[in-house]
Parts: sequence; structure tokens; C-alpha cells
Amino acid sequence: MKKPASAPDRVVLALLPLLLIGILAAPAFAQQPVASQLKLTDRPNDDGSALLLTFDLTGWDETTRVRTEVEVDGEWLPSLMFPQLITPVPTKGGSPEYFGWHAADPEQRVLVVDRYIFIQDPTAEELAENPDAVPQPQPVYLEAANTYHVRLMVLHGGVESYYDAGSMKTDEQWFNVAATNNLVMCVIFAAIIMGFIMAARRNPNLFIRRINGLEAVDEAIGRATEMGKPVLQVNGLDPLSTLSTIAAVNILGRVARRVANYDSELLVPCFDPVVMTVSQEVVKNAYLEAGRPDAYREENIYFVTDQQFSYVASVCGIMMREKPAANFLLGYFYAESLLLAETGFTTGAIQIAGTDALAQLPFFITTCDYTLIGEELYAASAYLSREPMLLGSLKGQDIGKGFVMLMILLGTILATIGVYLTTGNWNWLVEMLTPLM
Amino acid sequence: MSVGTIIGLWLAAGLTIIIFSFIYKDNPLYKFGEHLFLGVSLGYGWCIYYYNDIFPNAIKPLQEISQDSKNALVLIPIILGLFIILRVVPSLAWLSRFSFALYIGGFAGLAVPNVISGVFLPQLTSTINPLGPDWPSIIKQVVLLVGVFCTVVFFFFSWEHRGAVGKIGRVGILYIMVAFGASFGYTVMARVSLLIGRIQFMLHDWIGSMTGGGG
Repeated sequence: MKKPASAPDRVVLALLPLLLIGILAAPAFAQQPVASQLKLTDRPNDDGSALLLTFDLTGWDETTRVRTEVEVDGEWLPSLMFPQLITPVPTKGGSPEYFGWHAADPEQRVLVVDRYIFIQDPTAEELAENPDAVPQPQPVYLEAANTYHVRLMVLHGGVESYYDAGSMKTDEQWFNVAATNNLVMCVIFAAIIMGFIMAARRNPNLFIRRINGLEAVDEAIGRATEMGKPVLQVNGLDPLSTLSTIAAVNILGRVARRVANYDSELLVPCFDPVVMTVSQEVVKNAYLEAGRPDAYREENIYFVTDQQFSYVASVCGIMMREKPAANFLLGYFYAESLLLAETGFTTGAIQIAGTDALAQLPFFITTCDYTLIGEELYAASAYLSREPMLLGSLKGQDIGKGFVMLMILLGTILATIGVYLTTGNWNWLVEMLTPLM
Repeated sequence: MSVGTIIGLWLAAGLTIIIFSFIYKDNPLYKFGEHLFLGVSLGYGWCIYYYNDIFPNAIKPLQEISQDSKNALVLIPIILGLFIILRVVPSLAWLSRFSFALYIGGFAGLAVPNVISGVFLPQLTSTINPLGPDWPSIIKQVVLLVGVFCTVVFFFFSWEHRGAVGKIGRVGILYIMVAFGASFGYTVMARVSLLIGRIQFMLHDWIGSMTGGGG
């Protein structure tokens, strides 16, 4: 017969499962990462839409995950649906945009808190449309001048640990200190350009080198006049906010004046209604300046469509039917560049293209008689008009290019010296030169 | 396959052939395809403008002025937009100049800092790299520096391309042409893949549907 357990034995037996659980779980708790030095601050140089949480984390490994949570009406809502691995979380040292190049505690981790996510139940309308509609996560972005209570959640080995980071008010800044270099460069370049504009006003004969394609503009328009055929200009597919479109419209003025002088016909099919309106104004002014306002035909500068390939189909059709003797393809182009230039080539027109769309330049170079490459397009309007404003800008930009070259040279030298100063290792130089000696 | 799908396939295939007929020469069928394409795209574009721009940015805020008085600010751009429409009235066409002055001036002002921070400075920092630590890295960096230097010289407009400047500029244009050659090949490959897609549609979807093998 089995002897019944005594009272102390029963206590030991009862505690045994708890002891076993404790022993098994102990390593997991012992290896839990620990967050410390939590600091919640307003994100600098922003519109008040985010906070920064910095913290130290010890004892983590590749499986450790973290996320921030924001308290909303007494409930903690996560900033991310799923916590992220700690490895890609940036450090203070790797975030100079927030902490400068020499941050204190550079190894501290940084999390941006700019939203929280709540699960929105489907509305009655959504349920009526789809009875199987499920709740969807909806991000809510932080707003300026609000105070938010934030905590850090660390997930490791299936165990979640929470660390209160306190509360902080989001603040909106009017000046972005991180972009001061941008401001300094703007001011310096603007001063240089304005200086040259004043110089160009005193002396409009500032030297600009010959641009090959532009020499052919008059020749192309003259040929169109002799053949009794129109001149066609396409101002690209971008809106007026693009520099190349502005340059194209500038050149259009010059082309229109020459066309008016020669009593030829100018066609400008437009992709953008605003570009069309400005083109009409520019051409009208050019005809006025040429003393031929009667020859201006507003209906020749028209909107086609703002859908890329239907625009191409239409312009190609115009090229085939009207057979313009000179095509000016100036501005920003996309995949339609080759279609337009190839069709123009088959009609035998003189073609002068100009764009700063790098991917399209090769197509223009292969199919057009002359191509203005990149900045030549901007320079062209100054070259043609001799306007002091444009001439001065061009000269100022040349100074800017010289400055860039100097910066690259100095930067390369200093970066190379910097590698030596930070690593103190010039062995690579010795090793590299050894086979040569 | 449903009747609707079959009609859609034949329409798409027919229009593809009509547009491709331009390769031979301009013809009435192409003109029909061109005008159809143009009309459909204009109608489609108008719907996109209305539902993506006009309704959410102009009409809806006006409807909600009573809920939020800040919505009244939308009247400013609406009036500026109406000024542009007034171009059709010759005596009031001058009003559109206010809208265009604001539009062009605003964009030009926004473009300058954006180009400096988004294009100029990133390109500058990407070009500046330390030399080393081995010969291939040095050669790569020197090739890059020489290319940048010569290309920038090519785009100097204050100097005539003669003598040393001309020679440096010539090296610059060689660099540019190498880049364009690579870009040309890359883009042609992309265009050929577009053509392959269309031919696959014609052979597989369209002809395949007739022979029972297509999708």
C-alpha cells in the first residue's frame, strides 16, 4: 500500500510545477534586453509633425524588435503595425540631420514618432457593399502644438517590455537650420548672378560662345519660308514649372519673331493648357515686336491633349499632313521623343531639338540635325535674345560651375586626408606603390 | 470567353493594327485611330481632372465652408483660375496675367532651393570620395573626376572652345557620348520589351482566342 505524503511533502509537490516553470523561464527573463536613458524630444527643423525618442538598449540580439506607442484616450496605440528589428533603427551618430555631425552619445538609438495606428471598424456603407469587410488599420499623423505621451515597447523572445518615455509637445519651426547651407549657396549664387546681370546691363555684348544648333535656327526658318511650309515647335510635355519648358518658351519667342519677319507660318501644338496660354502670349508679343500683329494666328497655338501617346499620335499626324519644313523639339520629353523625331525625320524637315531629359537626348542626337544638350537649352535663350537678365544669369552660372569644380577638388583632397586622420592607416598607399618601385 | 471580352479583344487588336499602319504611311484608318485616341484621352483627362483636382480641391471645400471657415481660402485660387478662363473675353484677358505671374514666379522660387538641395548638393557629395584604398578604386575615382571636370568645362559658355579649353571640352563630349550610348541601348531594350508585349497580345490573346489557344 502506498504511503500517503506528509504535509511538508505535499507543499513541496504543489510548488514543484511552479519551480519548474520558474527554472525554465529564468533564462528568457535573464536575457531580456534593457532600455535606459529614454529621452523624448521634439524633432528639430520640422513642421511639428513628429517627436524623437532616443534610448540605449543593452542585451539585444538580431531577433529583438521595438516600436513606439502613443497614448490616446487612455489606450496605447502602436506607431507601427508590426515592431521593427532593432538592427535597422538608426543611431544618433548616424542621424546628423537631427543631432549634428558630432552628437553626444552617438550610439544611442533613435525612433521617429510621427503617427499612431488605430483599427477602424467598417462603416455601415462599407458593410452594406461588402458584408465581409473587416476592420482596417488607419494611421493618424501627429499634429503640431499637441502633447503626446509615448512609450517604448521592446519585444524579445515573445516577451514584451514597456518603458515610459514621458510626454512632449510637438513644435513647429519656421527656420530649418539643417538647410542653412542651402540658404548660403542661394544667397551667394544670387549675389553673383545679380552682379553679372548689372554688368550685362552696362555692357550687353558680354561674350557667350557659339552654340551650334542655334546658328541653324534662322537657316531652318528661311528654308521653311522658301518652301512655303510651316514651322512646328513642340514645347515638351512638362508644365511651366520645369526650367526646360521656360527655356523652350523663351526660344519660341525668338523663333516666332523670325517667322513673323519671314512671313512664314508657325504651328505650336501644346500638351499643357498653361503652356499653351503662355505660348500664345509670347508669340503674340513676338509678332507685335516684329511689326506684324496682323499675321498672328492664335488658332495655330493650340491645346491637343494631356495624354502622352494620344498627343504623339496627333503631332505625328500633323507632321505627316502639314509637312513642316522645320521642327523645333524643345523642352522636357519622355518616351515620345523618338516617335516625334523619327516622324519628323521621315518628312525631311530640318530638326533642332533641345532637352535636359538625359534618357531622351540619345534619341534626339541620332534623329535630329542639331541637338541642344542639357544646359545648352537654357543658354540658348540667352544667346538668342541677348537679354541682360539671361546673359547675366548664364555668366553667373559659369562662376557657379567653377566653384563646383573647386569644391570637388578640395573635397577629394580633404576626404582622402580625412581617411588617414580617422584611421591612421596609410598602408594601402605603401602597398599600392610597392610594385611600382 | 464572354462576348464582351471578345469584342474588347477585337477592338484592341484592330486599333493596334490601325495605329501600326502609320509605319507604312499616313492613311484614313490611322487618321480615324488618331482622332479616336485623341477624343477618348481628352474625355478621360477631363474626368481625371474633375475627380482628382476640381472636385476635391475646389467644389468640396466650397460645399464645406459652413463646417470650416478656413475652406473660404480656396476662393483665392478659384478666382485666379477664373482669371485664366477670362482669356476668352478679349477685354478681360489681361486679368490672366496675375494668375500666370503668380504661377511662374511661385514655381521658379520653389525650384531654386529644391534643385540645390535635391540635385546639386547630392551630386556634389556623390562625386567627392577619398582616393584609395587600392588601384581599381583610385582609377575609378580618377575616371569620375576627369569626366566631371571635362564635362563641366564643355558646358562653360564664357569661353570659346579653342586651344586647351577646346581639347578638354572634347574629352567632356566624349564622356557624354559614352553615357548617351549606354542610355540609348538601355532605353531601346525597354522599348523592345514594350513591342514584345504588344506582339504577345496580338499573337497570344487575339489570334490565340480565335484558335482556342489564347487567354
